[in-house]
Amino acid sequence: MNKILITIDGRQLEAKPGQTILEVAKENGIYIPTLCYYAATRVVGACRVCVVEVENSRTLVASCAMPVSPGMVVKTDTPRVRESQKLVVELLWSAGDHNCLVCESNGQCELQDLIYWLKIEKPRFKIEAPGYPLEKTNTMIQRDLNKCVLCGRCIRACNEIQVNEVLDFFERGSKMKVGPAFDADYIDSNCVFCGACVDACPTGAIVNKQSRFEGRPWDLQKIRTTCGYCGVGCQMDLNVYDGKVVKVTGNKEYGTPNQGSLCVKGRFGMEFIHHPSRLKTPLIKQANGEFKEADWDEAYDFIAGKLKSIKKKHGADSLAGLSSARCTNEENYLFQKFMRTVIGTNNVDHCARL
Amino acid sequence: MTNSIDEIEFADVIFAIGTNTTENHPVIGSKVKRAVRYHGAKLIVVDPRDIALTKYAELWLRPKAGTNVALVNGIMNVIISEDLQAKDYVKERTEGFEAMKAVVAKFTPERVEEITGVPAANIRAAARLYAKAGKASILYCMGVTQHSTGTDSVKNVANLAMLCGMMGIESGGVNPLRGQGNVQGACDMGCLPNVFPAYQNVTVDDNRARFQKAWGVKLPANVGLTIVEIMNAAHKGDIKGLYVMGENLMMSDPDLHHVEEALKNLDLLVVQDIFLTETAKFAHVVLPAASFAEKDGTFSNTERRVQRVRKAVAPPGMAKPDWQILSGLSTKMGYPMAYASPSEIMDEIRKVTPSYAGITYRRIERRGIQWPCPNTDHPGTKYLHRDRFSRGLGLFSAIDYIPSAEQTDKEYPLIMTTGRILYHYHTGTMTRLARGSMERYPESLVEINPRDAERFGIEDEKLVKVTSRRGSVTAKASLTDRSPEGTIFMNFHFREAAVNLLTNSVLDPLAKIPEYKVSAVRIEAAGA
Repeated sequence: MNKILITIDGRQLEAKPGQTILEVAKENGIYIPTLCYYAATRVVGACRVCVVEVENSRTLVASCAMPVSPGMVVKTDTPRVRESQKLVVELLWSAGDHNCLVCESNGQCELQDLIYWLKIEKPRFKIEAPGYPLEKTNTMIQRDLNKCVLCGRCIRACNEIQVNEVLDFFERGSKMKVGPAFDADYIDSNCVFCGACVDACPTGAIVNKQSRFEGRPWDLQKIRTTCGYCGVGCQMDLNVYDGKVVKVTGNKEYGTPNQGSLCVKGRFGMEFIHHPSRLKTPLIKQANGEFKEADWDEAYDFIAGKLKSIKKKHGADSLAGLSSARCTNEENYLFQKFMRTVIGTNNVDHCARL
Repeated sequence: MTNSIDEIEFADVIFAIGTNTTENHPVIGSKVKRAVRYHGAKLIVVDPRDIALTKYAELWLRPKAGTNVALVNGIMNVIISEDLQAKDYVKERTEGFEAMKAVVAKFTPERVEEITGVPAANIRAAARLYAKAGKASILYCMGVTQHSTGTDSVKNVANLAMLCGMMGIESGGVNPLRGQGNVQGACDMGCLPNVFPAYQNVTVDDNRARFQKAWGVKLPANVGLTIVEIMNAAHKGDIKGLYVMGENLMMSDPDLHHVEEALKNLDLLVVQDIFLTETAKFAHVVLPAASFAEKDGTFSNTERRVQRVRKAVAPPGMAKPDWQILSGLSTKMGYPMAYASPSEIMDEIRKVTPSYAGITYRRIERRGIQWPCPNTDHPGTKYLHRDRFSRGLGLFSAIDYIPSAEQTDKEYPLIMTTGRILYHYHTGTMTRLARGSMERYPESLVEINPRDAERFGIEDEKLVKVTSRRGSVTAKASLTDRSPEGTIFMNFHFREAAVNLLTNSVLDPLAKIPEYKVSAVRIEAAGA
């Protein structure tokens, strides 16, 4: 395909036909702020935060939506651009209740980042939050629409990525809101709590309720792993604070197989990890049928003794082992190796058929 | 899967048979829906239940449970009689076509309509849609396999794909969607009674010789027992000792009364798990294991991709990762296993598992690799059977229809089929501790068609007693058109309504999988 030559901020750049100004800038390390832009969903050009100046264009253009054309000359950093971006951000700021002191997204908020980056001291407009009640009818996702900037990213994530088709805009003008049909709470809608809207929200309007007050963004250590709840093998981050998994997040950068998507089990099904009923010591059953705590050596000796005596008396094929689809490859490998070498039987299977 | 998860989105036609994927593998479910909504794919759903995917389907075929083989034969009958098959492909890449054709000839759409209840016109429409597609992907799951004729059914969907030349192409193939995190890996690693790692048969002398050399001991040559056979042997007293790592038999196995008697019959039951499960309660020794968040390792997903599991937190108390427990016990029993880390175990796996030979922790740090991956320069394999099948020519199997083992009668007039629901996983040990899952789905529900409910005097949200030849359970009724008339659905997540007290332990003769999708039952109101 033909290459297109364009200029951004004085740099001659090569672009592919069909690319947007934003995409070309990104590829070349030129920063253009964005807000409603959300990768892998339709471009809507709604927020006007990503505006740039294009030579011979009457108005500023939204770089996320404007395809490049040959010879295009773009400027991303002019007083006109900055003034426009400030105006947009100040309007968004003043239209909501953006109080970072009590916001779970403090430190990972794209509106906060924009305000800081544009060096806005305070908005020139009076702050008038709509005064919506907090949605706290479910245990998984908390919505505070007073912090919503109407970027529509949650709607696109819900419809275009997950195709759950639960969220949409409703009402008009200053009353416009985002939510399930008939303004229902999530729990009363057909929401399946995949949490894609949580990952998509740039502010604190939609947050993981279970991890509130469980660690600030900068305190969390993210450990990439593979979800075990089904065969997709979703790549995800366990967010750890103070030795505990406090939440699970998706990450689009990990790519295949899930491109950042998760489901309700992967995102909200990890409470078992730190549940008090976890087994913590080996247990050996006593003559009275009760379990007694034991140390590892006692448990090993007990098992080794029994296995050896059964094998001696009844042969290796009187023993059998069942491994697990919840254990790793390495563990399954060792399990069948143990059964085949130490015990000497092929009586080894697992739950694949169940 | 013969193909990859990402390819599903770009198929022209998706043929989803016996898979409620939006609940069992929601991320794949989303890809199917995206294919339909945004990439113009046509979806054919084959399922007795009105699952969420039917909303996206061009065609929904609703066969009577247990009649998949007849239905697929009917579809192939149309393809062959209308001359829509991929003739060159069949000629050049397959064998056994004539024998298959002879059996399929008996399955006219009209006859198949009588067996399955699917209108002949829809069978014809599905056949044309699938056969005329450029790239068509078959997705299937336990709705195909958990039958006494499960193996037949799997072979038959493979027949369909080969007939239309859909094997060995991108966005095509025959794709079983696996429901448990590392079920693919457990199979790959040889946790099966007939094969070593990488499906190398234990009865083949050369294979045994290689493993004997690698492991330094003489190995048994006879094929072992499968899970349900093990329980039967324990019941009879032939199996005396059982070591269970991370399985909850007392919820997941068929005919639980029988399983309970078998477990009580053992001289030694070792259960290694993260919770004191229903099964662990019967154990003589319970060993505390680490959860997936507390250890390093790898899982292999349904598209054969080997991906890293990473330790995020420490295990509680004295709990240890399963690999350390096994190494410790093995060493104690005189066969030293001195692995310093899971990556050392992977280095050994690579040496004896040809399909994993090129997979190292370093190579899969950022992105998993799909086996077969025969060496460290190999990028992995996106889809199988590209230029030739593993066995050379693709083999058609002539498959006749055999009805399910258990049929309805006067005493047990309804079919019960079982499966999972979105908010829970398997035996519920983990998801029942999740506030969100319990909030959304707090107790077991029996899905009953309103007409059946009327017939048997069942009210919505009232208790219903479900009885099979093997036992009874009681749970709340949910009247819904999701269930077809004559068929009820139950999940197996709740110990209070352990559905496997009811299920039939009859097995597919080859795969030894139980017939979870068809049990004959009766229902009656249980008061309250």
